[in-house]
Amino acid sequence: MSQKVLLSSKEINIILHRLACQLLENHLDFSNTVLIGLQPRGTYVAERLTKILKNEYGVKKIDVGFLDITFYRDDFRRGDKTLEATETKIDFLVEDKRVVLIDDVLYTGRSIRAALTAIQSFGRPAEIELLTLIDRRFSRHLPIQPNYRGRQVDAINEEKVKVMWKENDGEDIIYLIKN
Amino acid sequence: MSELSVNHLLGIKYLNEDDIQLIFETADHFKEVINRSIKKVPSLRDITIANVFFENSTRTKLSFELAEKRLSADVINFSASQSSVKKGETLIDTVNNILSMKVDMVVMRHPNPGAGIFLSKNVKASIINAGDGAHEHPTQALLDSFSIREKFGDVAGKNVVIVGDILHSRVALSNIFALRLQGANIKVCGPKTLLPKHIETLGVEVETDLRKALNWCDVANMLRIQNERLDISYFPTTREYTQQFGVNKMLLDSLDKEIVIMHPGPINRGVEITSDVADSKQSIILNQVENGVAIRMAVIYLLASKIK
Repeated sequence: MSQKVLLSSKEINIILHRLACQLLENHLDFSNTVLIGLQPRGTYVAERLTKILKNEYGVKKIDVGFLDITFYRDDFRRGDKTLEATETKIDFLVEDKRVVLIDDVLYTGRSIRAALTAIQSFGRPAEIELLTLIDRRFSRHLPIQPNYRGRQVDAINEEKVKVMWKENDGEDIIYLIKN
Repeated sequence: MSELSVNHLLGIKYLNEDDIQLIFETADHFKEVINRSIKKVPSLRDITIANVFFENSTRTKLSFELAEKRLSADVINFSASQSSVKKGETLIDTVNNILSMKVDMVVMRHPNPGAGIFLSKNVKASIINAGDGAHEHPTQALLDSFSIREKFGDVAGKNVVIVGDILHSRVALSNIFALRLQGANIKVCGPKTLLPKHIETLGVEVETDLRKALNWCDVANMLRIQNERLDISYFPTTREYTQQFGVNKMLLDSLDKEIVIMHPGPINRGVEITSDVADSKQSIILNQVENGVAIRMAVIYLLASKIK
């Protein structure tokens, strides 16, 4: 197994700031926008972006939620393991809101497809956008593209992109892992 | 620990502690799902489930059916009273005929103990026991423990008394197994005629004085007097039973502490508990019913994920 650093902590920080600015440009004061981090790993990106928007760009209030998509996945009973759920925490209505779905890595697009179905259980959003930190090019199974992307990478199917966060893994770093 | 150790839910006796924790954690998520404005998830859209009831049921049948529908499974219902069972068809034939219609899972209630186990050995489908005679009623015990966990945060170390007809109760037996697995302290309380001999060997204590039992416990699970199973007279009159083993508000208020009242339903109001107790703040009877749907969704989801 070999691994290569895709993005360092410094690069991640710069990219997060750029993404925050792009969100700010489109959503201004976030009064009609909600951020939804996809469980389990998209929540870190959502929390970081919220922190930057609040602390550095003076946005007063942002609704942030976490969405678990396990029960909406299309591979139930297709793998060896039972799909285990994590917590969904959305304390607000998404009816007529502008929703930004946030995930760390966009790969086949199937999780996003599940998230698009799942979010409907909380109301009918005015629109849905997608933000991903890493976009794995040429590997989509579905016609899904992000509105905001951190970094586009070319990785073959045997490779894995691993995003690590200070809160959970000790440092911010993104690896490309080859088996 | 990410899947159940069993392929069928025949009784709590066949589960381990990890299974129960996995079911509870999954049920937590489903409880959140059933409180959304759209309460349905598409997980089981390619699964068909037959609810086969050879004995009457309101709550359990509705709860299972709702759980199945909230998971997007296709559901067929069968009740023995309107079927060819009356014409003499055997259990295996009946179920195999249902299965040949491409059914993946069977939820069965049957008056004979062990019916689910028998079926699981003879047909190709995942079986959930929804009550087999006086043997087990595993989903009821799971939802009871889940409700205790919800109320107190944990089941371990809690004092639970099960009051009433222990002899004929599948709810009591499943509850004893489930509570033991989770480390609760258990007492059973009722007329001696309705307490099975050697019940202590299951790790429970016997108490025939209701007031003492209530003063000891955190939770009292009040069982229904099952008149349909009482083939002989186990106590002189219902009135006498109520006087000795019924809980009323006065008794509850005179205890040293505030205890939680549970009941698996259906309630005989005025027999095992009075209306003011059933409808009081101390009662979590309706929470049990809500939790029943979440628990059944979890059990069905986890078993269905093992169907290949």
